[in-house]
Formats: sequence, structure tokens, C-alpha cells
Amino acid sequence: MSNAILGRLDLASLSIWRAFENPTSSELIGAGAAMLVIVGGLAAVILLTWFRLWKPLWRDWLTSVDHKRIGIMYCALALIMLARGVIEGALMRTQQAFGLHGGFLAPDHFSELFSTHGTIMIFFVAMPFIAGVINYVMPLQIGARDMAFPVMNQISLGLTATGAALVMISLVLGEFSTGGWANYPPYTGADFQPGPGPDYWIWAIVLAGIGTTLSGINFVVTIYKERAPGMDFLRMPIFCWTVICTSIIMIFALPPLTVAALMLAADRYLDFHFFTNDLGGNMMNYVNLFWLFGHPEVYLLVIPCYGIFSEVISTFSGKRIYGYMSMVYATMSIAVLSFCVWLHHFFTMGQSASINVAFGIASMAIAVPTGIKVYNWMATLFRGRVRMTVPMIYATGFFYLFVVGGLTGVMLANPVISFQVHNTLFLVAHFHNVIIPGVLFGLLAGYHYWFPKAFGFRLHEGWGRAAALLWIAGFSFTFLPLYWLGLQGMPRRSVTFSDPAFQPMMWLALFGAALIVSALGCIAVQLWVSIRKRDQLAVPLGDPWNGRSLEWSIPAPPPAYNFAVLPQVSVRDDFAEAKADGRAYAAPGQYEDIEMPDNTAIGMIVCVCSTLLGLALVFWIWWLAILSFAVMILALIGRTFRVNARHVIPAAEIAAEHRAWLARIEAAPAVDRLEETHERNLGRAVLERPGRLEAAQ
Amino acid sequence: MSTPNLHPGLNLGTRHGAAHEGAETIVFGFWIFLMSDLVIFGLVFASYLTVANPMGMAGGPGPADAFDLRSVFIQTMILLTSSLTFGFATLAMRHEHGRKTIAVWLGASLLLGLGFLVMELRDFAHMIEVGAVPQRSGFWSAFWGLVPLHGLHVTIGCLWIVVMLVQMAVLGLIPVVKTRLLRLGLFWHFLDLIWVAIFSIVYLGGLMP
Repeated sequence: MSNAILGRLDLASLSIWRAFENPTSSELIGAGAAMLVIVGGLAAVILLTWFRLWKPLWRDWLTSVDHKRIGIMYCALALIMLARGVIEGALMRTQQAFGLHGGFLAPDHFSELFSTHGTIMIFFVAMPFIAGVINYVMPLQIGARDMAFPVMNQISLGLTATGAALVMISLVLGEFSTGGWANYPPYTGADFQPGPGPDYWIWAIVLAGIGTTLSGINFVVTIYKERAPGMDFLRMPIFCWTVICTSIIMIFALPPLTVAALMLAADRYLDFHFFTNDLGGNMMNYVNLFWLFGHPEVYLLVIPCYGIFSEVISTFSGKRIYGYMSMVYATMSIAVLSFCVWLHHFFTMGQSASINVAFGIASMAIAVPTGIKVYNWMATLFRGRVRMTVPMIYATGFFYLFVVGGLTGVMLANPVISFQVHNTLFLVAHFHNVIIPGVLFGLLAGYHYWFPKAFGFRLHEGWGRAAALLWIAGFSFTFLPLYWLGLQGMPRRSVTFSDPAFQPMMWLALFGAALIVSALGCIAVQLWVSIRKRDQLAVPLGDPWNGRSLEWSIPAPPPAYNFAVLPQVSVRDDFAEAKADGRAYAAPGQYEDIEMPDNTAIGMIVCVCSTLLGLALVFWIWWLAILSFAVMILALIGRTFRVNARHVIPAAEIAAEHRAWLARIEAAPAVDRLEETHERNLGRAVLERPGRLEAAQ
Repeated sequence: MSTPNLHPGLNLGTRHGAAHEGAETIVFGFWIFLMSDLVIFGLVFASYLTVANPMGMAGGPGPADAFDLRSVFIQTMILLTSSLTFGFATLAMRHEHGRKTIAVWLGASLLLGLGFLVMELRDFAHMIEVGAVPQRSGFWSAFWGLVPLHGLHVTIGCLWIVVMLVQMAVLGLIPVVKTRLLRLGLFWHFLDLIWVAIFSIVYLGGLMP
């Protein structure tokens, strides 16, 4: 079965070969997906070669330690994986729509689909997207030149990409786990799934999880130690506060996942008995460890999105955020409470009623700080000068839908109700109802809001509106029917069903899935159209939305060193106040040399080695595992001998660039809020309160 | 961020300003990493405690059949002494006693660390002999998940000392080498702390009547 060179990799590992031998519709779909991965990869290679882009890709991106470029790469990875996740979701909806006594997918294939869908959407869409936005925005908002540990940042990205690559490779070689995104043993133990499936899950999660822990350390140290002069904690934008909370969760909640996954690996590879049925194993330990990670994880995802919505709502209402302090307290409370509620994921798994009650009450308590946030956002909108741009459409959808999702969460936090609806589609509807409007809408709003900062041109407004409205409608049609089906008792993860009463709602959900696929299509078209029309959409001066925080006070895209001179912060929303007082765009007295870290290939070395390591472990190719691990460790040790890997950007160069930009600002027309989506918007906003400026002068 | 005495134990430069502020970020980051690592150990300890009972042992050997308290006590003393020698290395760095003195104390810590590992491996060999292997029961799985995890950390620490000895020779005592030694010290003492918990909970707790 297993040989020395290729381990347990053989011809039958190729999903295309399996489809050739057994051409059922299910196998053919799997082979089609494998072909898509192979053709997509080849197409990327050919295009890069044809346009001679390998060198710029390597020099400007893959070896860059610039937090902005790393952030963009995270977001690109997330969008690619989002496409796969959405297609899988639509495929599952289609199967279930035709699933009365049948359908076209084999049960195992369906199980693989919901396992990869969940794993991808959480670990390789939401997390990289969040890491990307944080990477891009947070250092700019606190007035830093880079992250505290730029090289470690690159390594984190490399490890995240490794996890995503392993999940993609599982389409071509072998198969993925059928144990859901939580991958519960003993079902995922060696007795029940001896194949490579759960091993793919384990190594994708462990490697990406280490990357995320390192990211969390990097984010929190950056905020603690790298803030600009005068940027006190309580002057930071709310988004940075949410980053602190999320980083705390990354640092403390990712270890349980790593521990659980490695123990499962010990069970599978070395015949340990952590979670087995026999010989004193205790599968409840896995469930506890997993959700000790899993519940903070959902707050890890949603808290930065609360931050994004705070920025978006405040900017597009032309007001400071209402209740800043209560926002800070609420965010911290949610982060702390998120560690105290994990047990509500398994109310039915045998603990005593009083334990269930304690965790039920703790879970409901989270609704309080969350409610405070919702009221604060509404109060920010109140009497604001609100513009319904694309991020605000997402925010509106978020208000209505997220509150519904939150309320069904309060229902599920009641153990009595949980016993009735657990493991039904009601639960599926609930968590999609918080994750799509909360996390995904937040991230898409942030994507739209900060895109002009990153690339120097706005995204096309019309296609963006179409995408936002389709997402809202698509979500509603897909998932609200699932509440109904869940209450009727339809179990989740069913490949087929036998009660014809379920069918109408299944068709409705399929219609919703079609809307979501078209929403994704609109996002792709929007990107294409925006790139084509980038001259009309250009906002090089850097402040297209009349922004309030420091990231808008620099050119778009910002120079590698971010700030020509580190800003001196004196109040909350410093840039908005500076514009009102006439302090903004002042030429500094003198410029200084800036020292920045050099590019390095270490992140790519870690990425390639750890991908090979993961694959070797999945297929028991021991020589490759040892080799790739040894190369990785030696490369990391070797890297520590390069101590002066920094270069200096001379003050003259910085001064020239900055003065040229200031001159363009001086010459450019300032646009009114109502014209911010117009071609005239070059990124300089008209003053809101000219009276105050006169008084200040 | 401009408090005068950030790391009084370190002589980072002739004028402490910039070098100290750089060290501040790096050392703070390492403390946070240690906190994360501590969570890992805490969870492995918790898993161990849930199966440290007859059901977890599944009729196999128990602690009394496999633990050798004398050997474990000697290991504890060796490890604690290695922390002392590491402390001397840090003091030598602080009082600028030169690379040689620092290297001698680091070398002593390395030898003690290796001695600890050798004794621990002998213990493990004994456990395998009496059938206390992880494949036997959930209890032994948890033991082999916990104690060798600490051993793995000590191995990493030893490797790190070797790397630092080389770096001291090649790069000299530049600020980044000093902060690395400071972080290595934190790591080394952290491992002692974990070992004290292992000794108390696993060994003493396991052998308690």
C-alpha cells in the first residue's frame, strides 16, 4: 500500500483517474473541480510568463515585507478562496433542491463539500480577509511605518497560503475530510476515515493556525508599541480597538485548536488514544478544545467587522462615532465573554442542566454589549449627513439581517430551545445569518471603503451597488427559508430527504444561491470595470470620502514608508479635526532619513517548505517531510544571522515626493460630499465647517 | 514609552535610548508569545487531568508502575541549576564580563539541559519497557503528549543556546544578540516553570497515595 518514495500516493489518489474509472455524476463533478484547479494554475503560470511578470511579482510582492502589500496579498487569497467557497455552497444548495429521494451527488462527496466549504470560508476566506484588512489599515490608522515584526508578518502570510494551498490540492490528490469543519473524532479517527482526508484538514489548520497566532502577536505589539506620538489608546479609531480584541483572541484561542488538531494527528498517525472510543480515550476533550477555540473564533471574525462598520458609518454620516467609550467597553466585553460560552455549541452532549444554564446565560449576556454597539451606530447615523454609498448599503443590510441573526442566537442560547433545534437547518441558518451579514458584509464594505486608498482609484459604484443588493437579497432568499426548514425538523448536512414538504423552501433557497453567485459575479465585473476605468476613478490625493482618521491624510497609494513625517496626534479623529482647523496638509519644517526593512525570501521559503511538509505528512512521504522541515528550520536559523537587513530612504527623496504631493493638493479642486462618487473627486474633500476654520485662523 | 529604565538588566549600547526602545518591542512580543505557549501547556495539562483516573488508564499500568521519583527529582535539580547558570550568564552580560564568561555560563546551561534530556530519555525508555506507552491507554497518551512536549521545548532551547554561542562568536555582542540572549533567558526560565508544574502535578500528584 505504502512505498518509500511516494508514500501512499498512487494513481487512485488522482480524482481525475477515479472519475475515469467510475464516471458517475458525483465523480465527474469532483474531476471537473480538479481540472479547474489544474487549468487555473497553468493559466496563471502562462499569463505570468507571457506578460513577463515573474520578476515584478517576486520583487514587489512575494518578497515584500511592506504591511500594505502583505495585506493586499491576504485579501487576494481570500477572494480567490471565496469564489471556491461560494461555488461549493451553490452546489450543495442545488443538490438539496433536487435531493428529494436522490440528487446527483454521492453522500461522501456531499460531506466533503460541507467540510471544505466550512473550512475554507472560516479559515481561508474570513481569516485572511480580516488579516489583510488589519494589515493594510491598522498601521496607517495609528501612524506607524510598518508592523512591529515585518518579516514575521511575511511568514504568517506564507503559512496561511500553505493551508489554503493544501485545501486546493486536496481537490486533485486524494480527498478531503468528511467530518465537517469541526472534524469531530472518533468519526475522523483512523478507524473510520483511514484515508488522507482528515490529515489534509489537520495540516491545513495547524500550519495556518500557527500563522494566525503569529499575526495576532504582531498586531497587538504593533498597537502597543508603534503608535505615533500623541496617539493615546483612547484616541485610536474604533477599528484599532477591535484589532486589539481580535488579536487577544488570536493569541489565546488559536492554541486550543492547534492542541486539538495535533492530538488528533497523534491518534491518527501514532495510534494514541486521546479521542478514541476505546482504551480510555475521551472524545469530549476534543469537543471542548475545539469550541474553546471555535467560539472565540466567531468573535475574532466579527469584532474587526464591527470596527469596519464603525469607520464606515462614521465617515459616511460625516460625524464622529457616537459613544466612543461605550464602543470600547462593549468590544472588550465581547472579547472577554467570548471565552466563557464555548459550551453552548454542545448543550446536548451530556453535561448537567446547571452547567448548561450557566453557559446559556453567559451566551445571552453577549447580546447586551452587541446591542449597545447597534444603538451607537444608529445614533451615529442620526442627524448625520448620510450618503448611501456601497459600504453604507452593506451597513444597512447588516443592521437588519444581523439583528435577526443575533436574536436567533439568543434563542439558541436557551438550552431548552437548543435541544429542539440542534443539528437542524435552523442552526445553519443562524450562523450564516451572523457570519454573512456580519463578517462578509463588513469585509466587503471595508474592501470598497479602503480600496481607493490601496490602489489610488475608486471601485465602480454601480456594479458595487448591484453586488451589495444582490448579496442582501441572495442571503435572505437562501438562508431565511432554512430557519423554517429547521423548525420543521430537517437535519443539517443531509444529502437527501424524504419529506416532500421540505421541497418548496429548498427551491427558494436555490433561487437565493443563484442570486449570491451573481453577486460574486458582480464583484468580479466591478473589479474588471474599475481597473479599465481607473483614470476616471482616480483619487491620487488620498482622501476620497472626507475621511476622519490618519490613513486618509497621505497619498493613495501611500509610499512604502507611509508617512513622510510621523504625525503628531492631538485629538480623536485627528485628520478630521486637522482639516477643520487648517492644520491638514501643512508642509513639515524638515524631513529625516527613514530606515525600512529589506525584502526577503524567507516567507516564500517557509511557504513552499511547509506546503511540501503538509503534503508529505498527508501521504506518508517521510523522507520529504524530514527534508522540507529541515530546510525550513535551517533557513529560519540562517535568516537570524542577517542582522542589518535594512535600507535607508534619503530625506531628500522623501521631501521631493511629499512636496510634489502637497503641490498637487494645493492645485486640486476640492469636492463636496455629494460629489464624492463623481469623476471630479480626485481625493481632496471640501471643508465641512468653513466657519470653524476662519475662527481658528 | 519613554520610561528611563526599560531593561535595566541589559547593557544594550553606550547610550541606551534607541537600542532600548528597539528591545522594548521585541521583548514585549516574546512575552506575548510565551503567554500563548503557556495556554498550550495549560490545555495539555487539563487534558492530562481529565484522564488521570482508572477509566483513562483502561486497566493498563498506572503512575506507580512506571514513574521513578528519584530520577525525576534529579532531573528537577539539574533543570533548576541550569536556570541558575543561565542567570549567571545574564549577569555576566549585564556587568560586561566579556563574551568568554557569558559563553562559559551558557555552555554550563547547555550541558545541564542536555543532561536533563538524557535522564528524561532513560525514564522514557523505562516506561516503554513496562508497557506504559501512549498506545496503551488514554492516560499514557496524555502523559506522552505533555511531558515530551516539555522535553521538545528543552531541545529547542538547547539548539537555541548553540545558535547563540555561534552568533556571539560571529556577530559579537551587538544589541540584537543581547536581546536574543534576554529572550532565550525568558524561554529557559519559562521551561523551568512548566517543569515545576509537571513535577508537582504529574509526578508527585501521580504517586500520591
